[in-house]
Amino acid sequence: MPERKKSDPQQDKVPDGKQPVSDEELLRDRSFHSIVPQDSIAGSALVLVIAIMAFLASLTLSAVVLVNDTARGWQSDIAREVTVQVRPIDGVDITQSVISARQIVGKFSGVEAVSVVADENLQLMLQPWLGSGFDLDQLPVPRLISVRVSRTNPPDYVAMAAELTQKVPGASLDNHRAWLDRLNTMARTTIVVGILVFALMMAATVLTVVFATRGAMAGNRHIIEVLHFVGAERAYIAGQFQKHFLLLGLKGALAGGVLAIIALAFFGAWVRGNEADPSAEQVTAFFGTFSVGLAGYVGTGMLIFFIAMLTAITSRLTVFRHVGTLDQSAVET
Amino acid sequence: MIRFEDVGVRYGSGKDVLRDLTFDIKPASFQFLTGPSGAGKTSLLRLLFLSLQPSRGKITVFGRDADSLSQTDLPGIRRRIGIVFQDFRLLDHLTLYENVALPLRVRGYEESGYRRDVIDLLKWVGLAERVDAFPPILSGGEKQRAAIARALIDQPEVLLADEPTGNLDPSLARRLLRLFVELNRTGTSVVIATHDLDLMDQISARRMVLNEGRMQIYA
Ligand SMILES: Nc1ncnc2c1ncn2[C@@H]1O[C@H](COP(=O)(O)OP(=O)(O)OP(=O)(O)O)[C@@H](O)[C@H]1O
Ligand SMILES: [Mg+2]
Repeated sequence: MPERKKSDPQQDKVPDGKQPVSDEELLRDRSFHSIVPQDSIAGSALVLVIAIMAFLASLTLSAVVLVNDTARGWQSDIAREVTVQVRPIDGVDITQSVISARQIVGKFSGVEAVSVVADENLQLMLQPWLGSGFDLDQLPVPRLISVRVSRTNPPDYVAMAAELTQKVPGASLDNHRAWLDRLNTMARTTIVVGILVFALMMAATVLTVVFATRGAMAGNRHIIEVLHFVGAERAYIAGQFQKHFLLLGLKGALAGGVLAIIALAFFGAWVRGNEADPSAEQVTAFFGTFSVGLAGYVGTGMLIFFIAMLTAITSRLTVFRHVGTLDQSAVET
Repeated sequence: MIRFEDVGVRYGSGKDVLRDLTFDIKPASFQFLTGPSGAGKTSLLRLLFLSLQPSRGKITVFGRDADSLSQTDLPGIRRRIGIVFQDFRLLDHLTLYENVALPLRVRGYEESGYRRDVIDLLKWVGLAERVDAFPPILSGGEKQRAAIARALIDQPEVLLADEPTGNLDPSLARRLLRLFVELNRTGTSVVIATHDLDLMDQISARRMVLNEGRMQIYA
């Protein structure tokens, strides 16, 4: 205790006629007000912008993840199967051709199973176009042999194709390469576009937070000045703003993220409820079953956290840069 | 402690406000800074507090050349200097208690550790009844006392006070002067800018008189 505080309080009493306040009352616990007042920051507009950004970002990321998963699914499905097609040719016994094709394919290493697509199945496949009750033998319908291949050790497709065309009239090998490549390109383009869109949205969020922070600093300039005068470090001042912006970011990101999860769940339910519907089928083909799943929730949770942190860090850095210039102007005058 | 060598100040392209100032603020010294209104007292205090850069000359604070100080050095220097502004600069949204505790709060101290010190000081300046009041409802004198308490709370090595008794009645002014003298006895250098002659007559102290931008010192 410094000496100055030991001076006689009776002698120094200010004669103001009021009842003295008890020590107990004076020394009670008090909660501190925030140094930067909450209402001095234009918060609600910022929360709204962040919520919208988080919503769109969640949807974009979900779409990217779904397309990626689905593309990987196709790849493994298609890579595990090739098809041998045997076209009927006049004067050639197609059943015999199918048998020899089957034998040729079967002796290649890397082939795990060979099965001829049964006539009933072919009929089923053609039903939408030809109706039921037609005679397969009367029509020039190619027969199909489905070949399951090892993914790790695929057979020599070139040799297989060569031998087939050479020895079996009307036979050809389709390893779906062209399809696969086209699907992959499409999926990859979608993913790249999605990530670009995501990056743009994050950039817009950062800029919005920068402007909001600068506005808040301009509005609280007198507070920043006083903080400087009482010896506050830059990090402390930045922390006072960061606190508010972390909260705003969290609020906005949470609202947007939760809305996105609801929207995804809703969409998923719609797709599942309309499986027969061709437009839903298309959606399913491209996006899979559209299930959000645990990964989706965890991912959205991480996104919410990420956006909140992004908001806080952006405002911190903005204060850091800007506080310097404020101080400078106070110094130069 | 603080040393000025041929320091001059002008704002923008106007005329010199201060010229050829050379003096020392010695450790544990007590001085009045006086001069007519507009003589540059506030400007000089801002120079001492490093919130204004001189146009010419050299200022040394606690052994360090002010020019060589970076942004990150300033808080450390300012923590060793207490300042009372002519216009108080209290934060309106904080209570008096919080305003006075602010320097300790920004240093990251635990509130429980300094609560009694803050309350004692507020009692000392006669603001015990006003502990939880907000500055806008206070009288000028009350604000002034709160500003003084804030400057003193961390026992600075140098106290700079700009018209600290301007809004006070003579008896309260005397009381606060005693507080400054007492503070000075514990080793703090005190610089009080004032044009209150009565106040200066109460104690014998060095007088730095500003006139036409120049300074004369009477011991
Ligand atoms: N920021 C500024 N920009 C331009 N001129 C300024 C600025 N601050 C002060 N001045 C000028 O510098 C001169 C000295 O001002 P200063 O405030 O230092 O005087 P003072 O001695 O404190 O006066 P008072 O006794 O009225 O408080 C005045 O002429 C004033 O107009
Ligand atoms: Mg002044």
